[in-house]
Amino acid sequence: MTIGLAHYLTVAAILFTIGVFGIFLNRKNVIIILMSIELMLLAVNLNFVAFSAFLGDLIGQVFALFVLTVAAGEAAIGLAILVTYFRNRGSIAVEDIHLMKG
Amino acid sequence: MAIAGNARSRAILRSMRLTAERKEKGTSVIAAFFFYLLSAVAVASGVMVIASRNPVHSVLFLILAFFNAAGLFILLGAEFLAMILIVVYVGAVAVLFLFVVMMLDVDFAQLRQGMATYLPIGGTIGLILLVELALVVGTWNISPGAMKTVSEPISGMAVTNTEALGRILYTKYAYYFQTAGLVLLVAMIGAIVLTLRHKPNVKRQSIVAQVTRDPADAIEIRKVKTGQGI
Repeated sequence: MTIGLAHYLTVAAILFTIGVFGIFLNRKNVIIILMSIELMLLAVNLNFVAFSAFLGDLIGQVFALFVLTVAAGEAAIGLAILVTYFRNRGSIAVEDIHLMKG
Repeated sequence: MAIAGNARSRAILRSMRLTAERKEKGTSVIAAFFFYLLSAVAVASGVMVIASRNPVHSVLFLILAFFNAAGLFILLGAEFLAMILIVVYVGAVAVLFLFVVMMLDVDFAQLRQGMATYLPIGGTIGLILLVELALVVGTWNISPGAMKTVSEPISGMAVTNTEALGRILYTKYAYYFQTAGLVLLVAMIGAIVLTLRHKPNVKRQSIVAQVTRDPADAIEIRKVKTGQGI
């Protein structure tokens, strides 16, 4: 009944797969894609913290903190781009974004 | 004297370990129960994030997933990261998502139309990835030399998790910490630059013009002849 490292890794793997699946499933909706990326980063963080706890090394938690920072910045920039894109085009369909190329 | 002290401290350590093990046996069942509960809710809400029809519900399920992940972090003994996860994600990122979802007037039903066509390829790739990850997790072992590479060992119950993190984050990893702050600064400036816009027909206060104003060009004196207007 003891919970080992493999349990946590399994949960993280399932969450990561859900994130990847979400990106493919909601190809048109950028907001859901951003949320899927957040889910994947959460799974990575879970891996970091699980390894940190089971190997007895604190660096994993330090690195998870940095991943959290980058994830927050990424969400802010992504949503800002999304708002600007919506202002210009009136929709958030990802398929139209290739129109931006020169 | 030193040997006697050593023996006594070893005896204290052994008794501590024994009580810890006894406590461990009682709490391991509860810990396992909470692990399964938290991870099941986290995975279920993760599925709902990508599958729910209303994006507002997606954001709320994302918040639920983060709460459960924070619970898993607490189970792993990383209390500080759990609290940071709740403060940063639930307090900031999820609210940002909610604002954007509610602010943009998007026809979400139309965005979901092609979902069935993406289901097969997405399912295939997701399944392949899951099988790969399962193979990795299933056949994988910690190398015996891994314990020697531990550079910041977690020291028992001497200090709390928060204090231990703070001790190395502000000393040995201070540059990394500063770099993280820089990343946040760049993200903040980028978000402002991207979304700031000046509407042409709005009157704004120009502080430069106000400060550089001087009496010479502020007042104009005219001679007005008697009996005539200006």
